[in-house]
This record gives sequence, C-alpha cells and structure tokens, in this order.
Amino acid sequence: MSIFLNENTKVIVQGMTGSEGTKHTRRMLASGTKIVGGVTPGKGGQVVDIDGNQLPVFNTVAEAMTATGANASVVFVPPKFAKAAVIDAIDAAMPLVVVITEGIPVHDSASFYAYSLTKGTTRIVGPNCPGLISPGKSNIGIIPADITGAGPIGLVSKSGTLTYQMMYELRDIGFSTAVGIGGDPVIGTTHIDCLRAFQDDPETQAIVMIGEIGGDAEERAAAFIAEYVTKPVVGYVAGFTAPEGKTMGHAGAIVSGSSGTAQGKKDALEAAGVKVGQTPSETARLLRAILGR
Amino acid sequence: MDLFEYQARDLFEKHGVPVLAAAIATTADEAESAATKIGGKVVVKAQVKVGGRGKAGGVKLAENPADAREKAGAILGMDIKGHVVRTVMIAAAAPIESEYYLAILLDRSNRTFLVMASVSGGMDIEEVAHSAPEKLAKIPVSAVDGISLAKAHEIITAANFPADVSDQVAHVLVKLWEVFQSEDATLVEVNPLVKTKDGKVIALDGKVTLDDNADFRQPEHEALIDQAAENPLEAAAKEKGLNYVKLDGQVGIIGNGAGLVMSTLDVVAYAGEKHGGVRPANFLDIGGGASAQVMADGLSIILGDKDVKSVFVNVFGGITACDAVATGIVQALELLGSAATKPIVVRLDGNNVLEGRAILDKAAHPLVQQLDTMDGAADRAAELAAK
Repeated sequence: MSIFLNENTKVIVQGMTGSEGTKHTRRMLASGTKIVGGVTPGKGGQVVDIDGNQLPVFNTVAEAMTATGANASVVFVPPKFAKAAVIDAIDAAMPLVVVITEGIPVHDSASFYAYSLTKGTTRIVGPNCPGLISPGKSNIGIIPADITGAGPIGLVSKSGTLTYQMMYELRDIGFSTAVGIGGDPVIGTTHIDCLRAFQDDPETQAIVMIGEIGGDAEERAAAFIAEYVTKPVVGYVAGFTAPEGKTMGHAGAIVSGSSGTAQGKKDALEAAGVKVGQTPSETARLLRAILGR
Repeated sequence: MDLFEYQARDLFEKHGVPVLAAAIATTADEAESAATKIGGKVVVKAQVKVGGRGKAGGVKLAENPADAREKAGAILGMDIKGHVVRTVMIAAAAPIESEYYLAILLDRSNRTFLVMASVSGGMDIEEVAHSAPEKLAKIPVSAVDGISLAKAHEIITAANFPADVSDQVAHVLVKLWEVFQSEDATLVEVNPLVKTKDGKVIALDGKVTLDDNADFRQPEHEALIDQAAENPLEAAAKEKGLNYVKLDGQVGIIGNGAGLVMSTLDVVAYAGEKHGGVRPANFLDIGGGASAQVMADGLSIILGDKDVKSVFVNVFGGITACDAVATGIVQALELLGSAATKPIVVRLDGNNVLEGRAILDKAAHPLVQQLDTMDGAADRAAELAAK
C-alpha cells in the first residue's frame, strides 16, 4: 500500500512541453511512473518523444483524461499560468493534482484551493512542493527516485531537501510514501491529511513529520496526532534560529510576532507524545529506536 | 513586503477608501510647507515599520506650520525600537468621535481570507482579541466570492457597528477588498477607522502587506521597496537572484532548499554552543538545480561579509548535482584569488556526490575541507569560526 498514489496511477504532466516539464517527465519515466500524456493549451494534437515514449499532448485536462484515463496530474506551469492550469484540472474532476510550481501568488493559491472545495473532487498537493513518491511504484514530482526503496516509513514534510535528507538518513529501511506538502502559506494537502492517510495505511508502521516555522500547521497536526494517530510519530522542526519577521526562503516560512516559532511547534508535538529530534540525524535515530533497526 | 503608513494611505486613496489629506516630509522644512498646504492643525507621524511609535513619541499634534516644523525636527532621526525615522507623514487632524477596527487578511490556518472587525478600534487589536474576544468579529471570506456590498453589511452587522455609520463602513470594506485583491495584499488593516464629529468615516491609519510572489503582475510595487533599509549584502544577493537573509553570527551558510538551509542554521547554532556560542551569519538558499555560477555568486556574497569567520556549504543534491556545486566552489575561489581567506567546510551528499567530492579533492584548495555528515561538518565550521 501507499497513500495518494500507487503503481497503477496514470499521470499527465501539465506544462510537459516546457523545459522544466520535459526534464522532470524524463526523470519520472525513468523511475517507473506511468506518464500517459501532457497538457499545454494550444499545443493539443502534438506528440512528444521523451526517451522513446510517445506522449500525446492535449489542450485541456478533460481531453487528456478522456483519452488516456489519467487519474493524477502534475503541474510544472510557470506562476503566471499556474492558477488557470489548476482550475482546468479541478474542472475536469482530476482526483490528484500535484503543483510543483514555486512562486504562485497566494491570492491564486487561495482561489484555486477554495474552488477545489466547492467541487469536492480534487486533492491538491502543493504548491511549491517536491511532490510525492512511493518508491518502486510511482513518483509524481521531483523527488529523486534513487535515494531509497520501499519500506515501512511514511514521511510528510514542508521541505523538499529535508525530505531527501531524511530519506537518505533512513535509506536502509525504506518508505511507503514520502509526501512533500510544500512551503507556501496556502497548500492543498496538510500534515493532518497525510497523518490520517498513513494511520490508515496498513503498510506504514511509523511516521516522520517534518515541519518548519510559520503558521500553525504543526500545532494542529500535534492535536490531531493526540486524538487520532496510534502509530509512532517522530518529528523535526526547522527554523529555531530564524529571526522574527524575515521570510526564510519558503514564502510561508516566517515567524510573525510570537506565532509560528519552531519552539512552539516542538513543544506542541512533544506534548502530543511525538519525539522531536534536534537535528535531522537525531530524528532518524529516534525513528530507528522505535522500529528497533 | 510591509508598507509604510503613507504608502498604505496612498493605496487606499487610489482605490477610493476615504483618507485625510497628507504629505510626506524628510526634512523639517518640507514638513512646514506640507503643513502650510494642508492648512489648520496637522498630525506629524513617524514612518516606521514597527508598532508602538505613539508611545515612543513618534506621533505629535501640531497647531500650525511652524509647530509642525518643530515637531518634525524632533521626530526625524529618532530611533524607535531600532528603526530610524527617515520620513514623517503630515496629515490633516480630524476631530474624532469614535474609533473602529477593520482588517482583511490571509488566514493560513483555515486556508482562506478573513475579515476582522470591531467597534473597539484605536488600540492594540491583539489585546482586544485577548481580553474581550466578543468585541472582535471574525468572518471568513472566500477567495472565490470576495466581499460584495451584501457581504460587507453581513460583516458589519456581526460586528455590531452602529446603524448611522453602517452604509459608510460597508462602502469602506468593499473598497478595502478591492485594495486587498487588486494589489495582491496579504494584509490590509485600518486601525483606527474613525467617525469624525461631523459623521464621516475615514481610514486614519493603515497597514498593508504585499505578496512578493505577485511582483510579476504588480510592476508598480517595485517603487514601494525601502531601499535605504535594505542591508547592502541582501541587496547584492537580490541582484544576483539569490535568496539571502543576513543574520548576526559568524558562520556563513550556503545550502540548497529552504528547509535544509533553515535546518543547517539550527545545527550550526547547536554545534556553536560548544564553541563559544558562535552562530550562523546568514541564510542563503541556492535553490534547486543550482549551477556552478550560482554557487560562485553565493560564495562571493558570503566571503564579502566581514562578520563571517568560516563558511559551511551544505548540499543535498536532489536535482542539484554535487559536481556542479563543487565546480562552483572551485571557480569562485579562482575568481576571488587572495581575497578568499576564510576556511570553507563542505558537506555534499546525493546526486553525483562522488564526482563532486572528487572535484574538490583534486582541486585541493588549502581553504576547503570536506566532511561526510551534516552534524560533523557543522561542528567543524563552528570550531573554525571560534578560533
């Protein structure tokens, strides 16, 4: 098992004909993802050859779904056009839309997220995220597929590189699914959504949750863990040294006044019984101790 | 980006939110002539992006232009919580009868927009929220629907605004939504929104935060950047397209990915506790797929920081290839030549790590040393900075 995707997930790439889209379509294909086509408005009817795979291009997500049976989409469209691309996917009732694009105005993200709620048929992951991977089954986004293989750990993280770092630290054990939910102020899938799915996934035995400064998603996740999650969870929070009022790379990573601090998040997680590591390596050691490996 | 009060006022005026006549001044002379133009009593207000300026003596009533000159002279150059006053706003003084509060903001927790409204304006709204939460109405606003006149009336009814101002306040709220949406703001706050003695509703003080991600479609926002307050290193980094924040420590940090760089700062700070309390000197994220050029640009910014005693390059190659990073380090050091004098600790892992490490081994630059783990490398960088 895995969460949100599996070996049968058929993926279309929105923005496949752009340079980033092409580059990552190649990488996703190489890691075994079933890519069935792409969407670029105005380029419908073309066929793109990527490493010997003949991939049809469509004008809209609805056309692509009808023709290919795709049930997931990954968005590499530049910020200026990202909102229209996501709305197109929501209108087509695409079940899973993974938005990799960084730098989308928050009014656009808030708008397509609100729109997805009114339709109720699309799960959005991201934006500004590395996507998600179930090693050996499917890889939607930009997470390197060669860090580690399948295993019993579920991982949810706001950060891409910390996801990679943690997968690397625990590469001998392996992962059921790793989800990078993104570092923007408004994201479609939260820590809580992933924690619930991992709790319900029989293959996942333990969960790593990585958070960072800004907002109160980690505090909310802590409350959810206390109430719902019985599987062991270890946590890590980045940004203890971040000064107040400065955005640290991710648009959402900012301490405002006394809210959104790393210490507040760590305290909330620990109060919920989550062991929180001081460094990524220590977090990995805490997980190893729990799994006895 | 947070705006100054006068910039917020100008945006309000542009979108039809009622404001008082005002002008800015950077000298006492300018303040006097601004006050003459406005006429009557004026208020001289320090323009700083920090709360509590009133208590600090940064807001003064002036009876006439000569008085405005004197008050501006006293306020200009003042230090308010570390912010030096370079500009004052001269605004017409209004006879106030009531003070209200209105704000539209991004509610991250609920992933929607939110209006906060209260008839108890003029004071610290966090204090109101804390001590008398029933006096602060919080109404979610859908990003799809926005604030129509009907929605505005619903909000002000919920907040118990008096009937005699409800039409005016509703109008203000609709206009504030226009500011919020069309300017790509994440916060639009009016505190206080006042009713004057002659019954007019006016935005007396405002706070606006703009979304930097929307710069591509807001070309006018560039002019709102406070160049004088920008740290020169931050400005130089921005020019190179680097994501850099200056901090007050001694260990220069370069990494890839916001999360990993934040984590690197923390790990260095922990390691520094054992080495005389050295701290990270900056945040610098070279991003995904960083090229040798980006690495070289980053390294020269950091080596140009006189506070930096050692440098820690921490890269986990996902899309970023470690050989490109290593090549960047070598090229940057060639470029800098004898100007580079600080030790550089490098930890590479991930994509093309063996090639990357081999490039650094082969270059054998005397300032560069490689370590295998993030914790070990952080400890070494902290140790070197403490020397």
